[in-house]
Formats: sequence, C-alpha cells, structure tokens
Amino acid sequence: MTKTLTMVLMDPPYETETTTTALRIADAAMGKDHRVQVFAYEGAVNLTMAEQAPHPNPVKGTSVEEESHPTTKDWIEALYAAHGDQLDWINCGLCVDERGAGRTIHGPRRGGPGDFVSWMEASDQTLVIPTR
Amino acid sequence: MTSVLSVVSTGYRATIEEQDDTILWFTAMCSSAGVDVSVLLEGNAVNYLVTGHDVGGLRFGELEVEHPPVLDRDVADLVAKGVKIHYIREDLDALGVAEDRLLDGVTPVKRAELPVLFSNHGQIWRW
Repeated sequence: MTKTLTMVLMDPPYETETTTTALRIADAAMGKDHRVQVFAYEGAVNLTMAEQAPHPNPVKGTSVEEESHPTTKDWIEALYAAHGDQLDWINCGLCVDERGAGRTIHGPRRGGPGDFVSWMEASDQTLVIPTR
Repeated sequence: MTSVLSVVSTGYRATIEEQDDTILWFTAMCSSAGVDVSVLLEGNAVNYLVTGHDVGGLRFGELEVEHPPVLDRDVADLVAKGVKIHYIREDLDALGVAEDRLLDGVTPVKRAELPVLFSNHGQIWRW
C-alpha cells in the first residue's frame, strides 16, 4: 500500500551527514513506491541551488573529472529522475530570499509553512530532521 | 487534526541572523494555520523564558542590527495565541535560573514526565 511521508530538512549542504541520510531515506521510501514530500527549511533551501559546481581536489591531486565531486543538487536531480512522479519538494520562500537561493534545479518549487501544514495533514507520517 | 508537540532542542540557533527563533516562528505560522501545536523548550532554549532579554546595540562596523531578537516576548506572544509552552525543569535548574524570573503562563515538566507529555500528542517534531 502506497503511503506518503513528509520530511522537513533544515541542514545546508556540506555541513553534516544528516542530509545524506535524509536523501537515502527518501530514495528508499520511493523505491518501495511510497510518496515523499520534502519541505526544505532554512539552510536546506541551498540543497537544490542550480549553480553548485564540482571542484578538483588539490590534496589528492585529482582533476574535476577525476574527483567527480558530488553535489546535493545532482543527488536531488537523480531522485527526480528515478522517482519524479513520487517526489514533491518545496523550498521555504522566505528562506530562499534571505539566502539568495532562488535559482534551483528543475523540480523544487517555492512555498511556505501553509504548504507544510497541508502536507502534514494528508501524510501518513512526518519526519523532522533539524540542524544542530 | 492531530495535535503536535514542537520540541525546541537547540537554543539560540541563528537567532541574531533571523531576529527570532526559527522554530518559534514556524510554530506561530502553524498555529495561525490551524494546527493544534504546543511547544517544549529543552536545553539552553529554556532560557527563552527569562524575562528581560536584551541584545540591542549589536553592530558590525557602522551597520547596526536594528531589530534584534526578543525571545521572551516571542514566547509570550505564543502564549497569548493559546499555544501551550512547556519547559524541562532540570534544564532550567542546570542553568541556575530561578523560576520566579520566568514569564507567566508556561509549564514545567520533569524529564520523567516526558513520556506522558509525548503520548498526549499525535506527532512530535523535535527540532
């Protein structure tokens, strides 16, 4: 039976491992045909910024191509590619504005707490993953 | 609608930059949207209840923070909206803060009482 999971993310990219875990949970849930709705709050709106770019690694002496540095926007694009009809993603609009994070990959849309409340009401469960 | 207990477990998270606590702000928005939401302050966040917060005067060069956070006022505003505010008594004791310094309308909870508090809510959001 298909269920709907709402997740709130708060961490910005490249700060903690919780984002990796959260995206793995989302991927696993959608892999079992469940729906996932992500509300990105505060720093998490930076996860989907379109201008994230990979870089070389001077410590390892690797080029951009050799390093194949991951970006969170690529991971989230991959989730859309694999489960596009099961994933809905809203970036908190005020959080976007204060960070200048308006240019995102295709998929995420702008919203607010009212959208989160609507999601929460209609979801089977809500998972809050805050920053510390 | 299910009842929600919103647990603020990280105090003073970006409160200067945001000019408020983002979870108290989110709680106010949810309350206005009709969510039956209560708050539990944990750890250093219990200090939000101490009256007389004042971080005015902060400046960077010539740029002053004109509207610094007033966290006790923000909590009082939630109380006025009908949002129940709980705090963990042991965390207040750990800070050495006497209860007579707290704003009115808030409720202490012992850690041993948390399971009962949690069981009285449909969802627990621990921020």
